[in-house]
Amino acid sequence: MYSKTVMEHFKHPRNVGTIENADGIGQVGNPVCGDIMKIYLKIKDDKIEDVKFETFGCGSAIASSSMATELIKGKSIDEAVELSNKAVVEALGGLPPIKIHCSVLAEQAVKSALYDYSQKTGRKIKGLENYKPDEEEDIHCQQ
Amino acid sequence: MSRKLYLDNAATTRVKREVKDEMDKYFDEFYGNPSSQLYELGRKSKEAVEKARKTVADFINADEKEIYFTAGGSESDNWALKGTAFANLNKGKNHIITTKIEHHAILHTCEYLEKFGIETTYLNVDKYGMVDLEELKQAIRPETMIISVMFANNEIGTIQPIEQIGEIAREHGITFHVDAVQALGSVKIDVKKQHIDLLSMSAHKIGGPKGVGGMFIRKGVKIDNLIHGGGQERGRRAGTEGVQNIVGFGKAVEIAKRDFDYHVKRLTFLRNKLIGGIKNNIPDVVLNGHPTKRLPNNVNFSFKYIEGESILLLLDMEGIAASSGSACTSGSLDPSHVLLATGLDHGTAHGSIRFTLSEEVTEEDIDFTVETMKKIVIRLRAMSPIKNDNDLKK
Repeated sequence: MYSKTVMEHFKHPRNVGTIENADGIGQVGNPVCGDIMKIYLKIKDDKIEDVKFETFGCGSAIASSSMATELIKGKSIDEAVELSNKAVVEALGGLPPIKIHCSVLAEQAVKSALYDYSQKTGRKIKGLENYKPDEEEDIHCQQ
Repeated sequence: MSRKLYLDNAATTRVKREVKDEMDKYFDEFYGNPSSQLYELGRKSKEAVEKARKTVADFINADEKEIYFTAGGSESDNWALKGTAFANLNKGKNHIITTKIEHHAILHTCEYLEKFGIETTYLNVDKYGMVDLEELKQAIRPETMIISVMFANNEIGTIQPIEQIGEIAREHGITFHVDAVQALGSVKIDVKKQHIDLLSMSAHKIGGPKGVGGMFIRKGVKIDNLIHGGGQERGRRAGTEGVQNIVGFGKAVEIAKRDFDYHVKRLTFLRNKLIGGIKNNIPDVVLNGHPTKRLPNNVNFSFKYIEGESILLLLDMEGIAASSGSACTSGSLDPSHVLLATGLDHGTAHGSIRFTLSEEVTEEDIDFTVETMKKIVIRLRAMSPIKNDNDLKK
């Protein structure tokens, strides 16, 4: 049911954990839907110096979190905010249709963490001008 | 991965060796159509079908004329509800009483019957999954035609007070249907004593083949046919009999009857060992279902703060096959309707795993399962942003 890459990231997830004094933290999803992702960012000179995640969810939710963190690690803020769920799906070698929402959640978790950084520091991020974390959260649950 | 441990016996079971051997000759040796009575090959098939019918009837204390073979539990459930509904159409009887924790073969049939103006009351269950007899009595209306309650639940194993429900139905002259797909072979079924009018059965849950089941219809109960066509099954269920499957079903029931006491005792022991092992070794777990009034092979736990599909994938990597009440495994958005009906919150329900045992399972397998679960839970909880019950309440 899952691609080799999804299973690989599920078995050996990258960047699991938390960051103390993180510069940005984003959490999306809720227990009702059955998945929650929390992303921690360490940002230095506009770059994602380090990223960690914690996820409550199915195999593809864990794999999507792992892949999303890999894709933004070392990137600039402007590059990271461009991360799309499609890019996560492609990097994972595809997801079953019913699991696409996991990749959406990963994208939202990254955006939410960047938004938090932007709120804390006042650094404006292109693409997040109209971002409202609470509104985005429920989208994935409705399919 | 060397170990293969199948703990999903409520989904289906391995066909027993004796069953398979018995079925074998009905593929190539006695392949006649039971309707072809003018030559021996046909008569042999007919005899085999009738022998199986008698075995099944004896096992539930019914008359053999009251047993009909079907394609399985879902067909029997459909037949019970649709057959009763259509037999009562335009007669002022348009009400069904069932429970919130029935199999989808019941729930989706009730939903479908709404199209025909039929209303259904879905009874609540308590935290153990048990129906309340008082609520049942309150739900009865003059228009109630059928009460349908499963003998034992497929997910959490809770065994209902069938005899008392049967008494209530009988007092009110309402047809009583029981889905006994999971109960057959694990619980004593006596259709006379328990006042059962219709009973659904399936072969593949008890070591028989898939695609065959049975329906008990008490003599005199008003019910239309579901499958129309030829005159098989005394004109009640059309279609050439799946002789080899029926033979397999009969053999599986014969074994279930022979080994009943051992089966119940052995599986209850293994079940309690697994329940105890998980409770004593893993914190923050919830046993779903009734602590004692439950199927001897059923264990269902919610592992808080983690999600069921992830658990199943990690179990599979260790060679253990189980199942989950999580939405993520079923392709729907909500976790199991059964777990939600018992009052479990969504987050906790998402972390539910069902282990259903068989006689092939050893004590060592149980220890291995507990150890494996322990490791999996630690691993996934370390990864989870939910650390306590407050995080779940969001």
